[in-house]
Amino acid sequence: MVTNITSFGRSGLSDWLMQRASAVIMALYTVFIVAFLLFNPNLDYYAWSGLFNQTWMRIFSLLAFIALAAHAWVGLWTVTTDYLKSTRLRVGAQSVIILGIFVYLVWGIQILWGA
Amino acid sequence: MSNLQVSIYRYNPETDSAPYMQEFQVDTKGRDVMVLDVLHMMKEQDSALAFRRSCREGVCGSDGMNMNGKNGLACITPLSDVVKNNKLTLRPLPGLPVIRDMVVDMGLFYKQYERIQPYLKNDTPAPAIERLQSPEERDKLDGLYECILCACCSTACPSFWWNPEKFVGPAGLLQSYRFLADSRDTATSERLSDLEDPFSVFRCRGIMNCVAVCPKGLNPTRAIGKIREMLLAEAT
Amino acid sequence: MSNLRSLTFDAIIIGGGGSGLRAALELAKSGKKTAVLSKVFPTRSHTVSAQGGITCAIASDDPNDDWRWHMYDTVKGGDYIADQDAAEYMCSEGPKAVFELEHMGLPFSRLDNGRIYQRPFGGQSKNFGEGGQAARTCAAADRTGHALLHTLYQNNLKNDTVFLNEWYAVDLVKNASGDVVGCIAMCIETGEVVHVKSKATVLATGGAGRIYASTTNALINTGDGIGMAMRAGFPMQDMEMWQFHPTGIYGAGTLVTEGCRGEGGYLINKDGERFMERYAPNAKDLAGRDVVARSMVMEILEGRGCGDKGDHVFLKLDHLGEEVLGKRLPGIVELSKTFAHVDPAKDPIPVVPTCHYMMGGIPTNIHGQAITMDESGNDHIVNGLFACGEAACVSVHGANRLGGNSLLDLVVFGRAAGMFIEGALNEGIEYLDASESDVESAMQRITRWNESEGGESIPELKAELQEIMQSSFGVFREEKNMLDGVDKLAQLRERIANAYLPDKSNAFNTARVEALELDNLMEVAEATAIAALKRNESRGAHSRYDYPDRDDVNWLKHSLYFPLTKELKKRDVNFKPKTVDTFEPKVRTY
Repeated sequence: MVTNITSFGRSGLSDWLMQRASAVIMALYTVFIVAFLLFNPNLDYYAWSGLFNQTWMRIFSLLAFIALAAHAWVGLWTVTTDYLKSTRLRVGAQSVIILGIFVYLVWGIQILWGA
Repeated sequence: MSNLQVSIYRYNPETDSAPYMQEFQVDTKGRDVMVLDVLHMMKEQDSALAFRRSCREGVCGSDGMNMNGKNGLACITPLSDVVKNNKLTLRPLPGLPVIRDMVVDMGLFYKQYERIQPYLKNDTPAPAIERLQSPEERDKLDGLYECILCACCSTACPSFWWNPEKFVGPAGLLQSYRFLADSRDTATSERLSDLEDPFSVFRCRGIMNCVAVCPKGLNPTRAIGKIREMLLAEAT
Repeated sequence: MSNLRSLTFDAIIIGGGGSGLRAALELAKSGKKTAVLSKVFPTRSHTVSAQGGITCAIASDDPNDDWRWHMYDTVKGGDYIADQDAAEYMCSEGPKAVFELEHMGLPFSRLDNGRIYQRPFGGQSKNFGEGGQAARTCAAADRTGHALLHTLYQNNLKNDTVFLNEWYAVDLVKNASGDVVGCIAMCIETGEVVHVKSKATVLATGGAGRIYASTTNALINTGDGIGMAMRAGFPMQDMEMWQFHPTGIYGAGTLVTEGCRGEGGYLINKDGERFMERYAPNAKDLAGRDVVARSMVMEILEGRGCGDKGDHVFLKLDHLGEEVLGKRLPGIVELSKTFAHVDPAKDPIPVVPTCHYMMGGIPTNIHGQAITMDESGNDHIVNGLFACGEAACVSVHGANRLGGNSLLDLVVFGRAAGMFIEGALNEGIEYLDASESDVESAMQRITRWNESEGGESIPELKAELQEIMQSSFGVFREEKNMLDGVDKLAQLRERIANAYLPDKSNAFNTARVEALELDNLMEVAEATAIAALKRNESRGAHSRYDYPDRDDVNWLKHSLYFPLTKELKKRDVNFKPKTVDTFEPKVRTY
């Protein structure tokens, strides 16, 4: 057993499962948005903001953001452990990535529920 | 018929500061011999050329090497399978330290094999005769136990190149599943708990180079998939 | 001289094949300080190439099977110079050893009732030859040797055996009293030469099929243990007895298992005739290997061979169907496609008798202790020296080994040697240490090569040796030709003594290993040649045109070749099994 403390779920199995579950959520979200755009060819601001004013859409969107954040963490963590062999560089990169994901996530929540 | 042009990786740690490629002209008399035969002809020209070989029939796994860019066993690879434009480039298995010429240090590869505890574990007292196993249960071991530890698969695997200390690699995982799939083995949970970290199994990205190069036609990617399924079943 | 680093073990096992690993496992479990020293990574040893199976009366295919029937077959197959106490030990202990292998995880093929699958092999009978063909060979498809070797290696890992992999044993070290107290060995990777000190030295170095130009044997089968023992002055037994396997792939020499014929395949000549029906009306294609090989050569010599040159015959398997081939003989399908460019499901495989197995070797008792003989014909144990597997001559195979008996020999006598050494170590062993000059004399050979400054090339001399053996000591032998061969070998010995090793580097110098191997091939070849020349009869695998009959009056004996004097003596065969009646020599027919 190889130990690690910076992976998303501390377990390969949970990371692997998370990667797949988050991918499914993101895929559903993408399909929904694309379908919405197709069915509303003359989309304007009111229709768009009307969609995002509904609670279920906010929850769905938040779920998709969280899925994206988790997916990115697992994926980029893997990339750093594959290619960055210097510990200092790798931990640095991982910190930047985690910070970035955190910022984007909070920003996304703010957009959804703010104002 | 012109001579076969062979370009081969040379490195002798005592005399060479860096490895280099050396050109050989080999007269195969137009026959479609095996790559190992060509190596022997080259060794007649230069006895210092080092490579491993033993059974010369594809069952001992000594002469895994990279032939025109693809890993395989020299003894069962006919020239017609690999030679293009009368040229053959031979390199040691990629990703492992070179000891000399075509001879690589297989230490990391063996270490990963040992790590999966490649032996039957059964905590019940042994009967006076053999343990019974139905033909159907035994069939599950086909495609697994035949591995010859030639390292062609693991050294063709990018995930193994990047993390040879942490990722078990296709060969080790194939053997891991060989014991997980054995109806006589009782250590399933213990074996699985040793594999659930993010590296040992999950570093497999399904690239399937292992399947493409296995000289015995085995499928480590499928075995890795089965291990994942077992891990999932165990943990959920 | 004493600047050699030394390593000390209770027991050192030279050779990482089936018998070496089985002995090592026994000792590792006992906690003795043991190491396996092998010139290749253990799973690259030649045991891996064994295909058909391990013959043993485990009473799976036939619940009434009896180890005594197996013993009868073995003694008869060996043309009555197998030691009956040893055959009795092997056949009766066999089931235990096979069940142990299964418990270790060996993936045997199975019968519907869950027991181990057994297939018919040559020379097998029920009820002491009276009950028809038996099916006694336990198989893991046609990869039994591979499965067995990997299982043993795995269990050695489990028991923390120490391995010196890719180390080459150069020569035995004897002390002033003539006891074997270790060896000189070289780490191939670094070229470092060390003095290995040990209370028990086990030669499990396998066969030497590479003395012939055409052989099923791996390139590493160079008789290293035999060479070491002979240079140390110890005699070799029955070295004239070389088995030619009936079905080596024509041209390539790779083995096609007897299991093909066990599963229902048969040999045909150019007229499509199943010719074995003429030579062995009862057992047909499943007669003893010596009988089948000779019959094939007769067919070829009488103009009924196949191919443009009429120099081989065909093994027909297509009638078995793809399913049987795929399930029972998958490795053979692979090998035929690779080496004969033939799909056995459609076309017959071209085959020819090919050197396969050395029945002779270092004479031992059933505990693996090496034996020598004094002037008055009495046996003496060689202190500190053991042998098992193909390198040893216990002798269970006599003049001709039955298919599937080699794997049984490996595990039964590897295990026996391990158990005996453990007991002996517990009782305490004290031998004199080797002196500096003792070590120096064991260093002579490697020093000679390292200091060679010119001379003939090693591969060319090797090829010449193989040609001599092939043309003078093949399936059929006769005096004139053999005298010529012995003569040429004597000259070759001189030339090898002055041959040249151009590459003196240290790191993974395979040229040096091949030089050292050539010396061993020379020892084996000469012992074979002289023993073959002097045994004036035909028995088992040793067939002479000039002495076509078996001569029980003069030659119901082992031959014992003494390397220092090049004398051939006779040694009594054991006819006293402990629990069964003696099998008296009979005319051998199948």
